[in-house]
Amino acid sequence: MVTRRLLVGWTGIAFLAVVVALAVLVPALNLGLPPSSRFHVPTHIVVLLGKWLCYALLAISLDLVWGYCGILSLGHGAFFALGGYAMGMYLMRQIGTRGVYGNPLLPDFMVFLNWKELPWYWYGFDQFWFAALMVMLVPGALAFLFGWFAFRSRVTGVYLSIITQALTYALLLAFFRNDMGFGGNNGLTDFREILGWGVREPGTRAALFVATCVALAGGFVAARAMVVSRLGLVLVAVRDAESRTRFLGWRVDRFKVFVFTASAVMAGIAGALYVPQVGIINPSEFAPTNSIEAVIWVAVGGRGTLVGAALGAVLVNGFKTWLTGAFPEVWLFALGALFVAVTLFLPKGILGTLGGRRRRPVPPTPTPAESRAAAE
Amino acid sequence: MSPTLRRIALVLLLALGAPAAWAQDLAAPLQALVGDDLAAKGEAMEALARTGDPRAAAALQALGDGRLFQRKSDRKVVIAATTRGGALTDAATGAAAGSATAADLDEANLNNRLRRQLSGLLGSLTLTLGDAATRIAAAESIFKTRDAAALAPLTAAIAAEKDARVRRAMETARAAVVLVTDGAEAERIAAAATVGARGDRDALGLLLQAANASPPAVAAAAREAAATIQRRLVMLDAAQNVSYGISLGAVLLLAAVGLAITFGVMGVINMAHGEMVMLGAYTTFVIQDWCRTAAPQLLDHSLFLAIPLAFLFTAAVGVLLERSVIRWLYGRPLETLLATWGLSLVIQQAVRSVFGPTNREVSNPTWMSGQVDVYGLTLTWSRLWIIVFAAIVFVVLLFVLKRTAFGLQMRAVTQNRAMASSMGIRTHRVDALTFALGSGVAGIAGVALSQIDNVSPNLGQSYIIDSFMVVVFGGVGNLWGTLAGALTLGIANKLLEPMAGAVLGKIAILVFIILFIQRRPRGLFALRGRAVEA
Repeated sequence: MVTRRLLVGWTGIAFLAVVVALAVLVPALNLGLPPSSRFHVPTHIVVLLGKWLCYALLAISLDLVWGYCGILSLGHGAFFALGGYAMGMYLMRQIGTRGVYGNPLLPDFMVFLNWKELPWYWYGFDQFWFAALMVMLVPGALAFLFGWFAFRSRVTGVYLSIITQALTYALLLAFFRNDMGFGGNNGLTDFREILGWGVREPGTRAALFVATCVALAGGFVAARAMVVSRLGLVLVAVRDAESRTRFLGWRVDRFKVFVFTASAVMAGIAGALYVPQVGIINPSEFAPTNSIEAVIWVAVGGRGTLVGAALGAVLVNGFKTWLTGAFPEVWLFALGALFVAVTLFLPKGILGTLGGRRRRPVPPTPTPAESRAAAE
Repeated sequence: MSPTLRRIALVLLLALGAPAAWAQDLAAPLQALVGDDLAAKGEAMEALARTGDPRAAAALQALGDGRLFQRKSDRKVVIAATTRGGALTDAATGAAAGSATAADLDEANLNNRLRRQLSGLLGSLTLTLGDAATRIAAAESIFKTRDAAALAPLTAAIAAEKDARVRRAMETARAAVVLVTDGAEAERIAAAATVGARGDRDALGLLLQAANASPPAVAAAAREAAATIQRRLVMLDAAQNVSYGISLGAVLLLAAVGLAITFGVMGVINMAHGEMVMLGAYTTFVIQDWCRTAAPQLLDHSLFLAIPLAFLFTAAVGVLLERSVIRWLYGRPLETLLATWGLSLVIQQAVRSVFGPTNREVSNPTWMSGQVDVYGLTLTWSRLWIIVFAAIVFVVLLFVLKRTAFGLQMRAVTQNRAMASSMGIRTHRVDALTFALGSGVAGIAGVALSQIDNVSPNLGQSYIIDSFMVVVFGGVGNLWGTLAGALTLGIANKLLEPMAGAVLGKIAILVFIILFIQRRPRGLFALRGRAVEA
């Protein structure tokens, strides 16, 4: 039943078709054609697209909690960055003796800081399977712990948004410290190999791009499966009337913890795919600004649509890439205006507005008193 | 001659002739000072010091500074303004004597032995001559050098001293000398107690030194006195940290109180609040800049101009934002959060475009610079003024909220919007005015912050998260909650800082708040009643 409902809806099918087409066409046009050809896709475009698709996965994970469960997380960038750091640690261990100091065990920054031993939490990251596990486990565990505390004590609305922001801010400060053992200010960079292939090789780039497409499609299907199941209905009920759902006998906090954790795992995977493509991970990924920018991607595309979130991520980042190149000083004006314009004129986002007739009617805008109560 | 006339003549003789006679007395030793006979020079210094004459002291001081010369033309002993000549003063009479360059003058030379002798003499001379500050400085310098030779003049000076503060400084200095000089044990033990009473780090260093190299009884007394000082210093450190904490708390209070008001009334987190603070700081800069060119005499008081103008300007910007954007989003707090974030980006970039991305300098007025020492606590005036200012702002706001019709309406809307509306309160007007008030208070917070922080487009961002924490911690709808939140977080931050380092301390606070909010999801001072239950 779930599979059938999954395939219903042209947006979902179109989205998957586009992702598959990208996964096939982009590497083929990059590797298969000579650079002189008109249809050749240069490697830097492959990297750029790969980056955007990672953001799209982050946006889908955020839409899952915000669009379907009403949890506005201003700290999803933290899960993204944690996944990225886990992957970065694996890539650091792969450098081995090729670093500047040639230490077989310690990454360069530890030699530089005069450390003698590998910290315990760096053990195991020389194995890819362990790193891959941590990519999901670390953000998931943090989200579970955080959600367990927050949702059980019914912290909701603006309060929750603010403490998710505090969470990512605290991590930002922590990862800036050299003593943490994650490279401090400079973060982790200078990667050489992933699974034995050089990270700067066009072939590896293309493979990473395909992996990103697969992860994006997989993440989309997983999120879609969640929201069309009975679980998804409860999530929407929590979003629209949390107290009522609770009074109907649902354990609201458990649903929230579950969806928050699942979303954090997805964000972690997105971060892990992002790092080998851009070649660096540093604490600025934890900056609250990044997390709020991710929220605007979802808002632009249309929250509660999943496809819209991915679309918004790609559109906004494409816009950003073009604008920061063409008129760098205008970018913040444009981004700020985007925030205001979308909330004022396009509250349902692009996809929500376009597909409005097909979807069930949205509940009428609550009165201030109701929404204030909902916010608290 | 009648006795009266004789007396008048005597007075006249004294008045006119006496200086001449003293000049005669000084002339011979002064000549010896510029001579070549080193032994005679030493004796002349002693002789001059014994006279206790201010002019002798000035000559000795000049000798020490290398400003005592013999003029080649008339062999007169003169004091020059600098070591290379300049305006001259007759050393014997103190009268002006023209000016000259180094080529016309012979410098009075000293060797090391004489230099040591001179510094001792100068120390004891300034002990009895000069004003209170000079005498205390002289005692301090003996406390530092602990020169045994200074003991006799110091004892004499103590006996003659009238000023209690100077006397105490001298006694401490004498005790310091006694403590390190071999002498009667009882006297040295008493000296340890006297030095201990001074109670600062210098005294502690001296006592610890004495504790290592003294007869056992003296060492024990020194150790005991040192332990007392150490206890006092620990207390003082804690008090100093608390004072820093209160000052940080005052800053947080200023930055957060406007946020708490708007959040309390509208349930809206205004992400652009930090930018209002920043605009206030830039208003201060602009006004100071204008004063510098147009009205330099106002420069020192430009802050008094800046406070109302910053309030009005940011309040106007606040009303503009509320009327143009925020009022369309009532009932959607999360969207408001995003929209105000967007506004904050626009304001930041606008300021960056107008004023440039670098820090702009806002100078401290003279009455706010410098520091004050209270029982060993060092407090800067700017921090003190900000505490006072925050207190004034807080009291005024409290008055507005509790004693005015607008405040009453605001509280009614905070507690139950629907009920307030049905009682005839124009809630949207209250919203707009509240937003103006909150923004205006942010603006005057910016005036205060411009005095202690860099005025840059990022000023607001660095305070916004801390302000959120204060609001979340203190709860909304109650100014006392904001006060408690700001002071608690400020003091906790500064107490944790020396223990864990600035960054770890901050992380600890954030983690604490994240955990605290689980216990009390509505903050420390939560509103109670049916209206807040969802």
